[in-house]
Amino acid sequence: MIGTRMGAVESRASRHLVVLAVAVACLVGLAGCGGGGDDESDQLVVSAAASLDTAFNDYVDAAGIDAKMSFAGSDELAAQIRQGVKPDVYAAANTTLPDELHKEGLVGEPTVFATNTLVLAVPEDSQIDSLDDLTKPGTSIVMGDPTVPVGSYTREMLDQLPEDQRKAIYDNVRSEEPDVSGISGKLTQGAADAGFVYITDVTASSGQLKAIQLPADLQPNVAYGAAVVTGAKNPEGARKFIDGFLSGDGATALKESGFKPPPG
Amino acid sequence: MRRAAFAVGLFLALFLVLAFLTLPIVAIFVHTSPGDLISSLGEQDARDALWLSLKTSVAALAIIVIVGTPAAYLLATREFRGRSVVVTLIELPLVLPPAVAGIALLASFGPEGLFGSALDDAGIQLVLQTAGVIVALTFVAAPFYLRQAQEAFAAVDRNLMDAARTLGATEARAFIRVAVPSAGQGIASGIALAWGRALGEFGATLMFAGSFQGITQTVPLAIFARFSDDFTAALALSGLLVIVSAALLLSVKVLGRSPILGGGAP
Repeated sequence: MIGTRMGAVESRASRHLVVLAVAVACLVGLAGCGGGGDDESDQLVVSAAASLDTAFNDYVDAAGIDAKMSFAGSDELAAQIRQGVKPDVYAAANTTLPDELHKEGLVGEPTVFATNTLVLAVPEDSQIDSLDDLTKPGTSIVMGDPTVPVGSYTREMLDQLPEDQRKAIYDNVRSEEPDVSGISGKLTQGAADAGFVYITDVTASSGQLKAIQLPADLQPNVAYGAAVVTGAKNPEGARKFIDGFLSGDGATALKESGFKPPPG
Repeated sequence: MRRAAFAVGLFLALFLVLAFLTLPIVAIFVHTSPGDLISSLGEQDARDALWLSLKTSVAALAIIVIVGTPAAYLLATREFRGRSVVVTLIELPLVLPPAVAGIALLASFGPEGLFGSALDDAGIQLVLQTAGVIVALTFVAAPFYLRQAQEAFAAVDRNLMDAARTLGATEARAFIRVAVPSAGQGIASGIALAWGRALGEFGATLMFAGSFQGITQTVPLAIFARFSDDFTAALALSGLLVIVSAALLLSVKVLGRSPILGGGAP
């Protein structure tokens, strides 16, 4: 009697799990099949900074490129490449990481393909309208982790502020996010009062966030570099993909997302 | 002949399972000397992360055990309409990806979530706070405990419970004095599984609670933060987490004196 009781609970519990597992597997399978390309060998694998998400998706849609794209913090993607991951294209939110990888022989000569603007982002209905407002106790601020470009630009900018203002702002930091999507997400969900992202992330939030420009003398030089990864499966496609940023569909998509062309 | 081939097949399968599951763990220690492990303990951010992980996982575990044990007992010993629906709902977080758990927590307990304004009125803030980490850990780890505890209670000898009642024990007394000790091994393995899951939690914590040293940056988040600029340090911290988790599993196993995953089965 005890045995059957236990058996009943176990089998019922495992039946539920099986049903759930099957349902989830079906969903995952469907999603996977939908995305499966026809010819794997032509598919371009792109590792790009999280801030490039919208622009790159618009680009491949417009140009009809079959690409598998992975968006994360530029530093995480660089670490993956150092651990032997080989996408075809690496596109970072700075030029330091592609330059470092180039020196290590892991990627080809980097191309600077766009520039961006660091801004103070706040939820659309926020009262905050300057850096000064960030010094008030109780204001919660999110910024990038020091290792991700957006985080290092933010620190570079804040470090130029007077000591007491800088300290008051740092004291209000509540989270250091691994990439810009983490910062935007916290802001749109009202989890934080203000954060530092790129102007393009504010554009991509479709009105949920508003951008407050930083004083011009504090604005860091935000340039994006991309390179063909050494040992890429599809180096020609990768080269064409990067060249497309400078003219054509890529340049248009970047412009529409709020990026500016590279200097010169 | 066929029998031998079958046996060989079984051993081959076990060998593959063992190799696949242990090699990555071995790799961590191949690349990390004991010196690296000790020096990683010398860093303030690593110590903060470890301490925060222990604190939040123990708090989550306390909530899970205090509320979960009676709930599991009820599910294991009473039949009622909709019981199977309840069991399924409780087990749902087991199969949820952590990112979904993070979004779900934001949608419910975030400032813009269903209960956001109610929590705010009560002066409770969870996002970007240590309390938010505990909520995230409790959400993802509780089903592991509930499932084990429920099975353990269902396996308790009914005659023992009847005897206790016959001898005049109240229902509550029989639960505390007879059911809980008899289900002890299963409960212990439930605690170990839930604790392990809580220590390893990453996605839901990052999305709901954020990542800040000493406040919300648990060990897995600290490992991720180091991954990009210092792989060796990330490895060392990973090794440390493996050791802590293994020590935990082992100690519960020794205390319970039963195979962890057997849930007290003979």
